[in-house]
Amino acid sequence: MRALPTVTAATACVALALVLGGCSADGGDSTDGDTVTVVYSKTDSFTALDTLLTQAKEQFEAENEGVTVELQPITATDDEYKTRLQLSLGSPDTAPDVFYEDTFNVRSDVEAGYLLNLDEYLAGWDEWEMFDEAAKTAGQGEDGSVYALPLGTDTRVIWYNKNVLDAAGVEVPWQPESWDDILDAAAKIKASQPDVVPFNMYAGTGTGEGTVMQSFYQLLYGTGDGTGLYDDEEGKWVVESQGFVDALTFLETLYSEGYAVSPDRALDPNVWQAVFGEMFPQDGLGGTVEGSYTPSFWEEGGAYPWPEYGDVMGVALFPTQDGQGPAGVSMSGGWTLAASAQTDVPDLAFEFMTTVLNEENSLWYAINNAQIAVRTDVAADPTYLEANPFVGPVSEAVAVTNFRPANSDYPQISVAVQQATEAVITGQQTAAEAAAAYDDAVRQIVGDEKVIAQ
Amino acid sequence: MTTIGPAQDTRVTRRSGISRGTTPARALPLVPAGGLLLVFLAGPIVWALYGSLTDRALSGARAADPQFIGLDNFARLFADPVLPLSIGITVAFVVGSAIIGQNVLGLVLAVLFRVGSRAVTGIVGVLVVTAWVLPEIVAAFIGYAFLSADGTLNAMLAGVGIAGPNWLYAFPLVAIIIANTWRGTAFSMMIYRAALDDVPLEVIESSMIDGAGAWQRLRLITLPMIRPTIFTNLMLTTLQTLSVFTLIWVMTKGGPGNLSSTLPVLAYTEAFQFGDIGYGNAIAVVMLVLGAVFSIGYVLSLRAGGSRT
Repeated sequence: MRALPTVTAATACVALALVLGGCSADGGDSTDGDTVTVVYSKTDSFTALDTLLTQAKEQFEAENEGVTVELQPITATDDEYKTRLQLSLGSPDTAPDVFYEDTFNVRSDVEAGYLLNLDEYLAGWDEWEMFDEAAKTAGQGEDGSVYALPLGTDTRVIWYNKNVLDAAGVEVPWQPESWDDILDAAAKIKASQPDVVPFNMYAGTGTGEGTVMQSFYQLLYGTGDGTGLYDDEEGKWVVESQGFVDALTFLETLYSEGYAVSPDRALDPNVWQAVFGEMFPQDGLGGTVEGSYTPSFWEEGGAYPWPEYGDVMGVALFPTQDGQGPAGVSMSGGWTLAASAQTDVPDLAFEFMTTVLNEENSLWYAINNAQIAVRTDVAADPTYLEANPFVGPVSEAVAVTNFRPANSDYPQISVAVQQATEAVITGQQTAAEAAAAYDDAVRQIVGDEKVIAQ
Repeated sequence: MTTIGPAQDTRVTRRSGISRGTTPARALPLVPAGGLLLVFLAGPIVWALYGSLTDRALSGARAADPQFIGLDNFARLFADPVLPLSIGITVAFVVGSAIIGQNVLGLVLAVLFRVGSRAVTGIVGVLVVTAWVLPEIVAAFIGYAFLSADGTLNAMLAGVGIAGPNWLYAFPLVAIIIANTWRGTAFSMMIYRAALDDVPLEVIESSMIDGAGAWQRLRLITLPMIRPTIFTNLMLTTLQTLSVFTLIWVMTKGGPGNLSSTLPVLAYTEAFQFGDIGYGNAIAVVMLVLGAVFSIGYVLSLRAGGSRT
């Protein structure tokens, strides 16, 4: 009986680690030297990467006799995928040779010693110069070396339903110039179509990184002079920011006025499925902020095929707070391929990555996963430019885009921001209280010497 | 006299003879058990304690080279307003679903089963035990399906014209208490049925002759007689409930905000979502202490009761 309290502790902290780590524990074995294990994310609504890697596996195995590529998809949300990957990277017994890695984890995983330095290999790969300069930096560690190769990038824009805006008397094509324009349009939609959700923006920890990338940062980076989370020049995190309070206040308004989905739906990690699977196709939503990859949900073979989307939907840049310059705000991220620092087949691992990223495969992936191309030859390809009606507008958003301060403190700070949004939309804290709690959390995470008051 | 004396003597000598002559051999069967305890019980405890004194993280520099930071994690934890909230929620969850829910309901069912008809007790028994037999993850999904915004409960309420709230969002703590009560009551019920069967009939009968009513018999005869079972069962269900994770994670993920974050959920969130393994370990240590406090309370009550009877 006395054993039970310890079982309690073991369950929560040790067993979980073992179980989670164990999920991929059988995968890292490549002692025979000719097996390349590849870990990546695959879900019902995200199969493009699985198809890409399967193609690359066939090509690679045909070119390299005796070599086996072992694909190990993980079905999980992005957050859980990250946790499981990091747990398996912690030990040479469980680390995969090649894996799919979010750009925002690159720096912290480099610091943890998980990623293989690719500089030497890239020097001998002539196609590397095809990649555009900004994309090359996405996989850089703080030491300036490259540790991960970009699969594509993305931007964020407003996706709006023209039928809903038309019915509300909002002029289409729509381009809001300030936050107030969004609220005005939302009020008109609510007045004319009571059953429609006027303008949704993600909030809370349920939607994880989506909350900040496709909602909060569009607001935050459009306040003041656009400094956002992190002051690059000072190398410090921004606290006591009026922009932070204003951004939270805007979310609070959206939710309390009933312009967004109800708070309990917002906290459901799968709310986006309702947004793109039901609400937009059924004219039940005015607009939302989402990534440039959105058409991949609606394309044939996507999660929610919707042939008419090109006619019904429109895109607009997210405006700055009061319409101050630049003309809009976007955020960019993207995913990469990286190799484990623990791999015993580094040469094969790198060669496999270059197979995945060759021109033919990159073009296929850019089109089928609606990525913004990072190879200049792919970006100039006519089939890429015609892939969907929105390739042009979402690529233009690159001009006003921002990148997250993806250093090793960032993942924790991101969660603190998500918690602030959740506290505000559920009414647990006011915008000012939530912002103050965020300031405390940042000081806790990075220390007083690494913050700057704005 | 003469027959009793030698008999006692031989018993004593035989017992002491065995213990003196074969001590190593007798200890042998304990070795596997002792080894298991050491590996699976002392090991994790020591590991958790040590981990809670480091700043180990899932990624970043602190993953590559974790530092020993002494009690810093605990200082931070005790200054964190989430900790008292989480301890409060954990205690409410344990008191609500284990002590009141599972125990009282289990006892009531066990008592009713003694007086109910065989067919009724059979059916109810199967229904209750089914919840207990289900794996926790399945029970959790059933709980979610029952209490979510468009779940079974609200569908039934809609049938009679009531629009139910999203229980998981509006009353998260109540929702997980109900689900855990539903899941765990069968265990208590079975323990109490066995205990009630052990209460000698003649004691009950003689009390009836003395004119005791049903309530008096339960309060004055039955409950005191099954007292050791009650405390044992309380301890088991308490410790089991203290470690519930899957049920809560599936149903509410500890939210909204932190409103259903019990200590296991908080430890998981800190360790694996925020990647702060050291801090998560510190929370696990607090959980360990909370479990010990409950256990010691029960053991002392049990001893106190035992010495009186």
